[in-house]
Amino acid sequence: MKPAPFEYIAPTTVEEALGHLTEHGYDAKVLAGGQSLIPMMNFRLAQPAVLVDLNKLAELSFIRSDKDGELRIGAMTRHYQVEHDDLVAEHAPLIHEAMPKIATPQIRSRGTFGGSIAHADPAAELTAICVALDGRFRCLSERGERWVPAKEFFLGMFTSALEPDEILVEIAIPPRAPRTGWALEEAVRRAIDFALVGVSAVVTLDAQDRCERARLVFLSVGDGPVETVKATEMLVGKEITPDLIRAAAEAVTAELDPSADIHASVKYRLHLARVLARRALEKAFARAAAPGTQAA
Amino acid sequence: MSKAMDVTVTVNGEVYQKTIEPRLLLSDFIRHELNLSGTHVGCEQGVCGACTILFDGMPVRSCLMLAVQADGHEIRTVEDLGTMENLHPLQEAFQETHALQCGFCTSGFLMSILPVLEETTDLSEEDLKRALEGNLCRCTGYQHIRDAVQLAAEKMSSGGES
Repeated sequence: MKPAPFEYIAPTTVEEALGHLTEHGYDAKVLAGGQSLIPMMNFRLAQPAVLVDLNKLAELSFIRSDKDGELRIGAMTRHYQVEHDDLVAEHAPLIHEAMPKIATPQIRSRGTFGGSIAHADPAAELTAICVALDGRFRCLSERGERWVPAKEFFLGMFTSALEPDEILVEIAIPPRAPRTGWALEEAVRRAIDFALVGVSAVVTLDAQDRCERARLVFLSVGDGPVETVKATEMLVGKEITPDLIRAAAEAVTAELDPSADIHASVKYRLHLARVLARRALEKAFARAAAPGTQAA
Repeated sequence: MSKAMDVTVTVNGEVYQKTIEPRLLLSDFIRHELNLSGTHVGCEQGVCGACTILFDGMPVRSCLMLAVQADGHEIRTVEDLGTMENLHPLQEAFQETHALQCGFCTSGFLMSILPVLEETTDLSEEDLKRALEGNLCRCTGYQHIRDAVQLAAEKMSSGGES
């Protein structure tokens, strides 16, 4: 057998699950879709003493919008459900567009929206996207609940702000402002692989066609999602031209510090970052300017 | 130490009751406990797709699930398709287009493609590519597998006898 022995608990309520986490602390690991944790256990890179399986918690599987127009996604909602959900497509087209790029159909059948976020893999699309969309995460423990902004959630490689007794239960995505465009651009070797570099862009135009807001958040170039704030500051308040987009895309490398691996050198990753940033900004601004992208 | 647990799983319409350790992977459960060796195990890290089965109708990697998680659920494996004498149209199509050489990846491909074709046989090029992207084949170069899916779609859309 591949994984090391562990005690298996499959609670049927969130309260019960939280109780087990309080009791076992760092010895316990939460099992969501398992599409990252199980391989790590198969390799024995992870050897939790107690596995708390959330798959029986139907209450954590939902997609709805609240009265303020915020999109709410339950942490145990499977990727394929998000991928095929009309509310997500309308409310958060960036998420809708990203879903088919996440892993493979078989992994999307099982993998969960919240699991991908809680795992905090710097190569995971949803980490960068949630930052770009100003998402917030509802974290529960027996001590109470707290909402953590996506921007403050990812602390490092596979490290999030979640405490050992906490469960990420819900993701909130604020409503899209009018004249907002989006894009996700990636360089991927094969469909099945993580991106060598990826970037999500979210931009908003004002009534005078000037850039009101622009966000570029990268994946696979650091310990977590990396936002290039200075590069996008160049765009704010300006009328968008191809030259300006190019200049901003060139500037991203000053804020990035990727590492090399067998697939890509630092130099190549930085090159990809510039090219993908330009493409993402071009697409996002074109969408913001198009008449069909008024917010729902 | 992990204590053994009782599970009841429906596989290919048959109900199985077993007592297993929680750390037993679903792929190993299917092969070693149920002796259904059609489900192959390649990488055991979720990359190759050889161990793909249908879990409550959805294609999943059985090496990335624990067998205890299948308690009360329904599974279909490649054994649920045709028999040697009476192949499923999808298996026929694989045979007719030479969509396999060593055959190790084949059951995974079949179980990934089956739910796609059961939903619709009207596949675009993009649909076809998407349907295959979660499975690796080291022999064929994929072209013949694509041909097989197209042929299977024709067979299945004409309500072809299997």
